[in-house]
Amino acid sequence: MLNELSVKISGEAGQGTKTVGMALCNIFRRCGYHVFASQDYMSRVRGGNNFFQIRIADRPVSAPREYSEITVALDSQSVGLHNRYVSKNGIMVLDRKKFGTKEENESYFDVPMYELAEKSGNVIFLNSVACGVVAGIIGVDFSHVENELKKIFSEKQETVIIKNIEAARSGYDFAAANFSREKLKLAPLSGQGQTPFLLKGNDAIAIGAIRAGCKFYSAYPMTPSTSIMSTIAAYSREFGIVVEQAEDEIAAINMALGASFAGARSMTGTSGGGFALMVEGVSLAGMTETPVVIVEAQRPAPATGFPTRTEQADLDFVIHAGHGEFARVVYAPGSIEEAFYLTIKAFNIAERFQVPVMILTDQFLADSYRNVAGFDLDREKVARYIISREESRTITAYKRYQLNESGVSPRAIPSWIEEVIYVDSDEHTEEGHITEDAGLRMKMVEKRLYKKMAGLLAEAVKPVSHAAESAEIVLVGFGSTYGVIKEAVEALPDKIGLVHFPQVWPFPAEDAKRLLKNAKKVINVENNASGQLGKLLMRETGIPVSGSILKFDGRPFDLDYLLRSLGEIR
Amino acid sequence: MNIDDFKSNDQVAWCPGCGDFGILTAVKKALAGLNREPKDILFVSGIGQAAKLPHYVKSNCFNGLHGRALPVAVGAKIANPALTVIVTSGDGDCYGEGGNHLMHNIRRNADITVIVHNNQIYGLTKGQASPTTDEGQQTPVQVDGVVLEPLRPLELALALGAGFVARGFAGEMEHLSRIIIEAVNHKGFSLIDVLQPCTTFNKVNTFEWYRQRVYKLNDDNTYDFTDKFSAYQKAAEWPKRIPIGVIYKIEKKTYEEKTGISAKPALIESNIQDIDISRVLKDFA
Repeated sequence: MLNELSVKISGEAGQGTKTVGMALCNIFRRCGYHVFASQDYMSRVRGGNNFFQIRIADRPVSAPREYSEITVALDSQSVGLHNRYVSKNGIMVLDRKKFGTKEENESYFDVPMYELAEKSGNVIFLNSVACGVVAGIIGVDFSHVENELKKIFSEKQETVIIKNIEAARSGYDFAAANFSREKLKLAPLSGQGQTPFLLKGNDAIAIGAIRAGCKFYSAYPMTPSTSIMSTIAAYSREFGIVVEQAEDEIAAINMALGASFAGARSMTGTSGGGFALMVEGVSLAGMTETPVVIVEAQRPAPATGFPTRTEQADLDFVIHAGHGEFARVVYAPGSIEEAFYLTIKAFNIAERFQVPVMILTDQFLADSYRNVAGFDLDREKVARYIISREESRTITAYKRYQLNESGVSPRAIPSWIEEVIYVDSDEHTEEGHITEDAGLRMKMVEKRLYKKMAGLLAEAVKPVSHAAESAEIVLVGFGSTYGVIKEAVEALPDKIGLVHFPQVWPFPAEDAKRLLKNAKKVINVENNASGQLGKLLMRETGIPVSGSILKFDGRPFDLDYLLRSLGEIR
Repeated sequence: MNIDDFKSNDQVAWCPGCGDFGILTAVKKALAGLNREPKDILFVSGIGQAAKLPHYVKSNCFNGLHGRALPVAVGAKIANPALTVIVTSGDGDCYGEGGNHLMHNIRRNADITVIVHNNQIYGLTKGQASPTTDEGQQTPVQVDGVVLEPLRPLELALALGAGFVARGFAGEMEHLSRIIIEAVNHKGFSLIDVLQPCTTFNKVNTFEWYRQRVYKLNDDNTYDFTDKFSAYQKAAEWPKRIPIGVIYKIEKKTYEEKTGISAKPALIESNIQDIDISRVLKDFA
């Protein structure tokens, strides 16, 4: 009996590997198992090789494994590509007749998937056959498969549903009759309820934005950020949100700033290349003190890089982006839950401190699914920080950039207030008019930088730690590596600890110093080539890293890779 | 409302004799004629001499980045359609740096008015060629004369389907203020290209140069501004005679109408406390 196993569905782009994968996630989730699924796809619409990898376990999991117990090849090239990632005792499900496979391999489990699909009426049912095969191999009750297919095809004709169920049944029965390796049976769960939701990182950001009162989202489509825009668009009518596809990223951020200035909570999202175009707008947000939330979903660069793959190489870029000196916040969520809560916080903090707030994520977190229990809506309450319409009526002699202790001038909404509001990208007076006065310039810089940074630091999200103060070796990371680092720490109890930074700017230096003061070795684990967090830690705390585990092949860390790297470094 | 209701306390930083003064007077006159409160008007600008104009008017002002006035203006209009949104831009700002935004916002057709101070030169950076500088004109950078053919903003706007295309002249303030009123009242994107002599850096296109050439369209009420073919002909008439006035005007559905924004409460009026996301989460169950 296994307490976890990984299933990989591999095929060409357009073959529906994601459809099968999502169905399996839901089937096993509803059986009470925990699931984690990551997507590996190519920058093409048809052909090539895509795979969807699911980890099914009796406990929460948050990282992929290197090897899969069950690999389903939907095309012949998948067999060759993924053979070496079949685990010991694992199997490769293939269709010998269809693929013309001649060679023998003890892992091969031949299933006439195409024939079964055609018998059900059409090769289009291949996905349902594959789904049934996996369910049959693992041995879950077929009713779970049936229910999931009914849900997926709920809006289709009755015959479509019936045929898909038939196809799945044929795959399920074939596997049940011909596969008998007990080793791949999952341990039955005892007393665990099913978790209600299956979300990927981008879903959590989109839902967090809706909850936070985002009313305007302008963006130019760019992988891997695009699904945030399409998810918000799907709910835009219901929640009174305007989603506008801008002509370019420069327009996207400037539109968001215009809408925000007018009084609507606004957001934009992109990847590194698009963010590079937005950078002047980030500086404009800093200068005009206009709140805006920007998602930067990283992918491997420079330039176009690997459009559909993952990397964490924009940390330095994002914390410094924009000419001149001004306060900003950069969050780096490490889980689905953090993505949700930090998105709400991003809107609150952007409005409260009148600064740009960036959410730094990456393709791995953006596209990875995990079962979640739901969200505690009291944890991050939505609060407004503008002069209300009622209050506006009582205000006279309004100055948009009034100097004060906090550095945050009360923000009025145009037309709510009787006075007019001047906002400028040039250095400006308290009234917002252009000035070249040296003394005033210093006061305004102090306002936008020193005073706001002090306030923001006091509100910084604390690092997440596990055994950091007791372990000799402490792994540090930010963003999407949290899941894999956490599992590595759990796999090596009493030996290593971790510090994960969900906020990387302003950097919580005092917390970092406290958490790392007993560590003999600090090792940074990063999905980039230069160890950017390690260097940031050094700059902000004086704490050097004594080793680095860096991965920059465009693929995420898997647990086995990290454990192996730790073995080498220790 | 009268002109004094739009008087700003800010000091004007333009060169003496600049064509911008005429435009400023025309703008204030138009605002008085439009009878809208300063608090309900938003001027958006980018960078350049024209971009300073909003400071010299009592109304809301967002003076943003070079070339980026249009997206800010449209964002603000979407968030609060009740605002009267006017962009003041220049030939460098609108036709050069922000060209892509001009193209796509003509297509978007939000109800905003764009006044382009077209002095056919870069003033703020001291005399380099702008997209509308005539071919052959020498500048400190284009030392052998401008090689690029000039951009024809009115023809461009017509080709992209703009619903309101006009040309004004800074030396004809009364005429210009009437065009501005008509443009603001027009539902949808309105472009007014304003001939604006730069007394410091453009020694070719002077007040005198323009005065000898401009004539008012439709003084005799025979010009049909709804006829696109005539509009193309008038837009292309340059430089022997230069028509000023409304060159093309046609009713089109606005962005706000097509998206339904105008029929709903403004985004800024949304109550965002305790938004119920349980219905959304059900789709992920």
